[in-house]
Amino acid sequence: MATAESSRSSAAARTSAPPPPPLGVRRSSPRCEHCDQAIPIERCDAVAEQQFCCDGCRIVYAMLKQHALAGYYDHAVGAKRPALATGRDYAEFDDPSFLSLYASKRGDEQTIELLLEGVHCAACVWLVEKLPELVPGVTECRLDYARRLAHVSFRDGGDQPTRNADGRAAAPAPGAAMTHPSAIAQTLDRLGYPPHPHRDGERARLQRREERDLLTRLGVAGASAGNSMLFALALYSGGFADMEAGQMRYFRALSTIAALPAVFWSAQVFYRGALGAVRARRPHMDLPLSIGILLGVTWGLANLLRGVGEVYFDSLSTLVFVLLSARFLQVRQQAHAERAAGSALALAPRTARQLDSADTARLVPAESVQRGARVEVLAGDVFPVDGVVESGDSRVDTSWLTGESAASHARAGSAVFAGTTNLMGRLVVAAEQSGAETRAARLWRDMERASARRAPIASVADRASAYFLIGIVLLAGVAFFAWLHAGVGVAVQVAIALLVVTCPCGLALATPLTVSAALGQAARAGWLIKGGAALEALARPALIVFDKTGTLTFGQLSLMRWFGDASLGPQIKALEAASSHPIARALVLALADVKPALATDVVQRLGRGIEGRIDGHAVCVGAVLSVQQPLPAWAETALAELASEGLTPVLVSVDGLVRTVLGLGDPIRPEAAVLLAQLRERGHRLALLSGDRASVVDHVVCELTRASGRESLFATAEGDVGPEGKLAFIEAARTRGNVFMVGDGVNDAAALAAASVGIAVHGGAEASLEAAHVFATRPGVKPLLELVDGARRALHVIYLNLGFSLVYNVVAASLCLAGAVTPLWAAIIMPLSSLTVVSHSYHRRMFGKRS
Amino acid sequence: MSVLFVAIPAALAVALSGVIAFLWAARTGQLDDLETPALRMLHDESSPPPPKRESAPAATGS
Repeated sequence: MATAESSRSSAAARTSAPPPPPLGVRRSSPRCEHCDQAIPIERCDAVAEQQFCCDGCRIVYAMLKQHALAGYYDHAVGAKRPALATGRDYAEFDDPSFLSLYASKRGDEQTIELLLEGVHCAACVWLVEKLPELVPGVTECRLDYARRLAHVSFRDGGDQPTRNADGRAAAPAPGAAMTHPSAIAQTLDRLGYPPHPHRDGERARLQRREERDLLTRLGVAGASAGNSMLFALALYSGGFADMEAGQMRYFRALSTIAALPAVFWSAQVFYRGALGAVRARRPHMDLPLSIGILLGVTWGLANLLRGVGEVYFDSLSTLVFVLLSARFLQVRQQAHAERAAGSALALAPRTARQLDSADTARLVPAESVQRGARVEVLAGDVFPVDGVVESGDSRVDTSWLTGESAASHARAGSAVFAGTTNLMGRLVVAAEQSGAETRAARLWRDMERASARRAPIASVADRASAYFLIGIVLLAGVAFFAWLHAGVGVAVQVAIALLVVTCPCGLALATPLTVSAALGQAARAGWLIKGGAALEALARPALIVFDKTGTLTFGQLSLMRWFGDASLGPQIKALEAASSHPIARALVLALADVKPALATDVVQRLGRGIEGRIDGHAVCVGAVLSVQQPLPAWAETALAELASEGLTPVLVSVDGLVRTVLGLGDPIRPEAAVLLAQLRERGHRLALLSGDRASVVDHVVCELTRASGRESLFATAEGDVGPEGKLAFIEAARTRGNVFMVGDGVNDAAALAAASVGIAVHGGAEASLEAAHVFATRPGVKPLLELVDGARRALHVIYLNLGFSLVYNVVAASLCLAGAVTPLWAAIIMPLSSLTVVSHSYHRRMFGKRS
Repeated sequence: MSVLFVAIPAALAVALSGVIAFLWAARTGQLDDLETPALRMLHDESSPPPPKRESAPAATGS
């Protein structure tokens, strides 16, 4: 559609240049060829065949066409997004220390793993895996979609590549078919997937090994159980017809042999668990299971040799297989949830500017900086390592790490930490700790460890299941002796059946399973929740403390009121277009459809505004101070009105006289009031603590209370609250009950950590992410409501599972004691109950449908 | 029925080779990523790329 329209207009342009559309008149905007977003009129090229919203999209489109990869658009139906390219040259990827850290060599090929941003659909997988066609020298590229990891194998070109004038790696000589990591990174970046080097941490490696081990045992158990059951079927059907004794023996032996791998190798997972339980003197679910299996094995072997009685190996191997699959699912789900929570990119930068003996800076991976090496940190950079300042004078923003909102002074001898920001001047730092040893990395590990703490309800379930298990083993012993009068065979059968059929799955299995399923669902729906404890706390009513910006409001300065001369749009835009001040950005956004006038001599004065000459007049857009006093009456009224609404005034004057008064503010989200009322109905109390002026806070509270239709909405509302004030309030409130804190400012980090549940809202600094228990990727009040509801649902699921498990165990145990259940039935029923509980936990929608 | 004494061990041998193949696949990491193959299934085989302007041979992945 877009192509047809633009080709029509471009055809018209070529034949007879049509007049440009009148100012301010909207026509349906053309859409970007690559990402399908609407393009504002000024960015359109009147003669171009195809339109693009940004250079990134144009470059990707050109690349795809050049390499005949336009099939991308067929795959990307419905999922198009603008290209994320950063345009970096990735020179540090060619440093020898980079390869030694991140690459593995096999033959003459190197393989690196790159974590990619911007991967969001199947088309991305298709495109990334076409890398060998785009970069000669790359032999293979495979993308692990779930982990956003690209495995790239390439032939290393060895020396530094020759560089073009613009710093990009020059194309390799024809016939060479070799490449460099920087060329690979640049291509991925241009395609819209900025790469970051990745190396599996020790923990990830161990996790992968554990998963692989479990999968292997699972597969073998499956093959074993299937074959064993097939042979046992022959026995069952032979039991009705006549079967020769010799054949019976043959099939019994076959059934046994087929089951041996499952029972002796795959089941080691349970035996190890049971042994661990015995050694630690803590009951574990694996204990009665192992006892039951081993009892069945012993008795079955005995019966096989004797030639009479039951051989249970089909049941036992099936039991092992099904239980292992449940365990495998659980382990994978947990790993997924953990990965989703930890996928925020590094706190500290990946590269450092290391100074060599001649004091020239070289970009190296931050992890490779040795103790004592000298690192240069420029103004605005984030410190890559922990260390001591050698020379320079600057101020450092450590707020997210230490909670101090005031920047600290850094001079020779001061300690600085990775992840904090150097604000003012160049510093040379002698490195002390780098990589995983920095204070930031240790903090991250502590948070991970804290998040692994179990939810309180899970701990209760654990204790209950411990008592349960002891009880079952004792009960089995009692049952054995009680049935002995009917023969050893029968007694053994009853005991095995009892040990196998009873299962604290609702307790020990379902609760952690539900928690990790809930966490996984929440992560997919946009909330990264750290740990089951936070999930459980979210399900209870609490005092919810809001920080105004970003949750109740949009968090962006916008033009809200306009008094006076309405024709000055072009002039305002002319002056504000070049500035990056938030006020300027807000004005330019509001005047998007307006064509700017021509301005000369534009000067920006700090604290006063921007002035310039337009059409022979001196025009100024700025603060009240910039205008001639006294102001006309209408302007004074306007200013008073703005002050009462808590808006920031901006005055536009021509030749010194005020012509227009603008009011800028942060608009309240329209749906906030209703949702807040709903939160109240669910039993939560609300509070508003903001660093903003008290007048603004009062205005917001009034607006929201009025719109919600309730008598009162907020229990407390205060303005001019600093981070220490928020922290004090939260700590005091915690002594009286549950407290949730919702905030996104860097200042809120300490308060977020102090609350029962700290919820960091997107748009805030990484600081909030590290201190908070929940990270909400979608801003606003609606996600908050959904979050709380989802946590409640998760808790209900847990209770339901517990109830089901209780009923099941009572019924099954009774039937076993009455002698009505054979081990075969037990082996079928018990996994069924496990699977019921497991699938209930996984498939139950606790958090959000895809919006 | 004595054919069973031959047939069954033969069947078990086939099953065993299947298990060995599975073990090899798991050990070489082919089963680590179970999600991306589901996405790759949807991709069509693209037509071979046009001859490059440079004389470097095109290294195509699958």
